[in-house]
Amino acid sequence: MSGLSRWVREHLVLMLGLLVLVYTFVPIFVVVGMSFNDPGGRNVYQFGSFTLDNWRDPCGPDDLCSSLLTSIQIGLLATLVATVLGTLAAFALVRHDFAGRSASNLLIFLPMAAPEIVLGSSLLALFVASGFAGQLGFWTILIAHVMFCLSFVVVTVRARLAGMDDDLEQAAMDLYATPGQTFWRVTFPLVLPGILGAALLSFSLSFDDFIITNLNSGNTTTFPMYVYGQERVGVPMQVNVVGTLMFVVSILLVLGSEVRNRRRAPA
Amino acid sequence: MSETVRRKGKVGYLLLAPAALWLVLFFVIPFYSLVATSLFDQGGSDFRGYQMTYAFGNYVDVVQEYAGPFGRSLLYGAIATAFCLVLGYVLAYAIAFKAGRWKNLMLVLVIAPFFTSFLVRTLSWKLILADDGFIVNTLQTLQVLGDDGRLLATPIAVVAGLTYNFLPFMVLPLYASIDKIDHRLIEASSDLYANPFVGFFKVTWPLSLPGVVSGTLLTFIPAVGDYINAQFLGSTNERVIGNVIQAQFTDANNYPVASALSVLLMVLILAMVLVYVRRAGTEDLL
Repeated sequence: MSGLSRWVREHLVLMLGLLVLVYTFVPIFVVVGMSFNDPGGRNVYQFGSFTLDNWRDPCGPDDLCSSLLTSIQIGLLATLVATVLGTLAAFALVRHDFAGRSASNLLIFLPMAAPEIVLGSSLLALFVASGFAGQLGFWTILIAHVMFCLSFVVVTVRARLAGMDDDLEQAAMDLYATPGQTFWRVTFPLVLPGILGAALLSFSLSFDDFIITNLNSGNTTTFPMYVYGQERVGVPMQVNVVGTLMFVVSILLVLGSEVRNRRRAPA
Repeated sequence: MSETVRRKGKVGYLLLAPAALWLVLFFVIPFYSLVATSLFDQGGSDFRGYQMTYAFGNYVDVVQEYAGPFGRSLLYGAIATAFCLVLGYVLAYAIAFKAGRWKNLMLVLVIAPFFTSFLVRTLSWKLILADDGFIVNTLQTLQVLGDDGRLLATPIAVVAGLTYNFLPFMVLPLYASIDKIDHRLIEASSDLYANPFVGFFKVTWPLSLPGVVSGTLLTFIPAVGDYINAQFLGSTNERVIGNVIQAQFTDANNYPVASALSVLLMVLILAMVLVYVRRAGTEDLL
């Protein structure tokens, strides 16, 4: 008896922690389950009977896949621009000294501290004031997405750079490597994991954004906007197929990079 | 480990310039534009144009008319943040101190569910909390809810959704700061006959405060501005401020009122954050 109570006492926190983890997965189970749902009647928020139809025809509902494509295009472009600009800025902030560094840090920090609705409405106010109200669409969404991804890229890459000492670079220079060689053969490979992480984060932020996008989208529809628009009439079950796929793909990406890191790490 | 040398010169500016320019053009100037729009005469429209009349009365109007949604947003956000803190602390503590070699796996599992679309996740709560769903039925059987009691379309559902959706923003900073705590300090407290509770509140909790502060901010700020949870899970009569701002922009086309609401929200949040950070005594956080 005392053995049992001791075991419970020692593992209580871990058990509670696992319980919280299970809780975070409940909606995922629902999404996966509903991707096999045939609602039959009209209530799409209930499980009817099992079917594979949603998986056979994910693009069935009008506009679902075109909105998905728009989201992927914007996500990739925004990630590319934000990652390049953000990485350059991170190098500037960690490796260079100039007047206005702390002001720049503040400029980077503020967009992350502002609620999305404020960021989105500010941009809309600017677009309207400068006569672009009629041109809202793909490009205005892209501008907005680069804006809110940038800070996250800078912060992520900056953390990687700051945690890195420059002994290896000094050594390369001592061995007569040119600054270019030092950068591409030593510095860049060391920072790369941070840059890739930042890019992954950017893509998921961009892909998932609704509030800012909705205000600056005009007639363009992204995937989250599609889901929002269908909510009142009842979302097609294929949305859950997309949700499941997103989950699976990102898990594979994360596990893949984890396995690669393990292989590279010295035993 | 040698100190990284910071190079002086113009290269720094060149590297920083594109990002800084983007943020000035599409974050700073837009915010200025938002403030300007909030002072326009309400009689205008985007076709006829607006008149700058320094209409500070707009602010009086929106405070009078939308105090309800403002209060609701702040209240929901605060309650959800408190729940996140409790759940997140347990999880972060378990990962940092108890997970052993499963640490990395558990960290991945914390973020994994949040790779699925935010809106799709929130929709699935609609199903979990549905009127004839498992949870509502159980609560009815236990007499916690009346026979026609429901969770959907109540503030409970909105807070539940917010708590769920913003939990990782709490867990990750908490984990980062709990993980850094030197275990020997906790052992020392128990050697000195502190019971585990005293040990926790005198050693672990104070040392984890930086994580608590940044976690609560990262949760509270987006939770206050969010309206998806309120839209999908809440009642249509109980709108939150994000909902109102969005509708004023896109449906009512009343830009001055919408902008005034938005500026007011930003100011309120900044004020609360500053007071909170002062209180918590971690000003170097920013």
